[in-house]
Amino acid sequence: MKKVMMGNHAISHGATLARVQVIAAYPITPQTQVVELLSEIVADGKLKAEFIKVESEHSAMAACIGASSAGARAFTATSAQGLALMHELLHWAAGARLPIVMADINRAMAPPWTIWTDQNDSLSQRDTGWMQIYCQSNQEVLDSVIMAYKVAEKVLMPIMIVLDAFSLSHTYEIVDLPDQALVDKYLPPFDYKYKLDVKNPHTYGGLTTPDWYMEFRVKMHEAMDQALVEIKKEAGEFEKIFGRRYDTVDPYLVEDAETVLVTSGTAASTARFTVDQLRAQGKKVGNLRMRVLRPFPFADVREQLKNAKKVIVIDRNISYGYHGIWAQEVKSALYGHSKVPVFNFIAGLGGRDIFPETIADIVALVDKKKKPDQELYWVEVKR
Amino acid sequence: MVEIRFHGRGGQGTVIASKILADAVSKEDKYVQAFPQFGVERRGAPVFAFIRIDDKPIYIRSKIIAPDHIIVVDPSLIDAIDVTEGLKKGAFILINTGHQPKEFQHLGKDFRVFTIDANEIAIKYKLGSKAAPIVNTAILGAVPRIFDFVRLESIIQAVRDGVPVNPDANAAAAKEAYDSVQGV
Repeated sequence: MKKVMMGNHAISHGATLARVQVIAAYPITPQTQVVELLSEIVADGKLKAEFIKVESEHSAMAACIGASSAGARAFTATSAQGLALMHELLHWAAGARLPIVMADINRAMAPPWTIWTDQNDSLSQRDTGWMQIYCQSNQEVLDSVIMAYKVAEKVLMPIMIVLDAFSLSHTYEIVDLPDQALVDKYLPPFDYKYKLDVKNPHTYGGLTTPDWYMEFRVKMHEAMDQALVEIKKEAGEFEKIFGRRYDTVDPYLVEDAETVLVTSGTAASTARFTVDQLRAQGKKVGNLRMRVLRPFPFADVREQLKNAKKVIVIDRNISYGYHGIWAQEVKSALYGHSKVPVFNFIAGLGGRDIFPETIADIVALVDKKKKPDQELYWVEVKR
Repeated sequence: MVEIRFHGRGGQGTVIASKILADAVSKEDKYVQAFPQFGVERRGAPVFAFIRIDDKPIYIRSKIIAPDHIIVVDPSLIDAIDVTEGLKKGAFILINTGHQPKEFQHLGKDFRVFTIDANEIAIKYKLGSKAAPIVNTAILGAVPRIFDFVRLESIIQAVRDGVPVNPDANAAAAKEAYDSVQGV
């Protein structure tokens, strides 16, 4: 059924269709409508779930960890400072191997206070052991929540579904709401092998000496490697049932492109639009949209960028004193495999708009250079 | 692609109007994207909403700075801000007012003005109160009269689905607005 909905409600509908059993969340702009709608759906009896009101994001994740440990399908959503407050428990959820799914609506970090989008909130949780999936449309948001449970429950690692504040969260567009019966066919109930059971008591996460701690970490890393296999497998499985395909990366006209833009989130969507404009002017430009940050799709990135003469990474984030974070990832993947020059542009922090003209200007600047003469380039900054 | 900017004041339901228009367009086998001005909205302050309509998927996601057309929900804004900022030549301007289009010639020769007295229609159908009529549905009824991307039937269906109360009165207001647009 086709329905016009905002990105926040696409998350709520995705979680509902995934038949989540426990929702624990604390409101924060721009995430608020996600849990508003979910609380209504639960109160109306349309979803059989426990809705737990908590006093902070730290508690929201703690409740999800408890619920997931008991074998429930758990869900939460947050943004920015809320995600940062969860940080300790993000490690806990991943270390305890709990397949929790969370939506993070990318909001820039304070101070100064802001409610608008950039990716520093989610990217600074890169090393917590959570998979991260970046979306460019409300349809992808809804579908990704459903797919996330399939992958997470297969490999027993948590997943963060990430989308831009406002440009998706508060933007209305047409979303095909899948049939519940089809979703049920795709996503069976969660049957957690290690769930807490009073009849068969266990304790988890207790003190582990140097003799064994590292082995737990090896298992987590191997689970992430397996997650990459599962994400690619589910791209096909999901497409078979729903007709929409989501892989680790989303290439657009890269095969013959001399310059390839590497982008993510809604900036990637606008970059794709810009590629059409630049192609119409005869410029051989393509766009590689990064969808999965962790597990990092090394092979796909190397394959898609193998013909490029120049790579431009546009980062809506910054690792102060280094590069944009996607640029680090892409450079690291290419090192030793390719000599293609990688240009890094920082744009759109704190919700500053990234227009097609912004992207076209970046391409025009790179056209004039053989290789980068700066570590990174700031875009449209007042001095 | 058609890009339209709505001008209203916080609390008038301008964003909801853009959402209902998106609902209506979605019934036309077209692609649509509607969004508010991203930020903090205050009651009574000037607010914007935007809508994009196309026959193919819409990938551009930046703000609309040069709209093809504008819809002015609150006519007092015409004296308060430059509603025609960035507006393209040949644009249509739909204004909620009891005045005639020729009274808005000062907006410029490059544009064509249409008017609809949505306040009067809303009051007639008891939508909202006399002091604060809910003018959304009447404004939307005027849209298919001047634009060809959406039919009146789709507007009426979207209005019926989108209003919390009085679907019949809202639908009738939309129909009456369609028949009363000035400047066509």
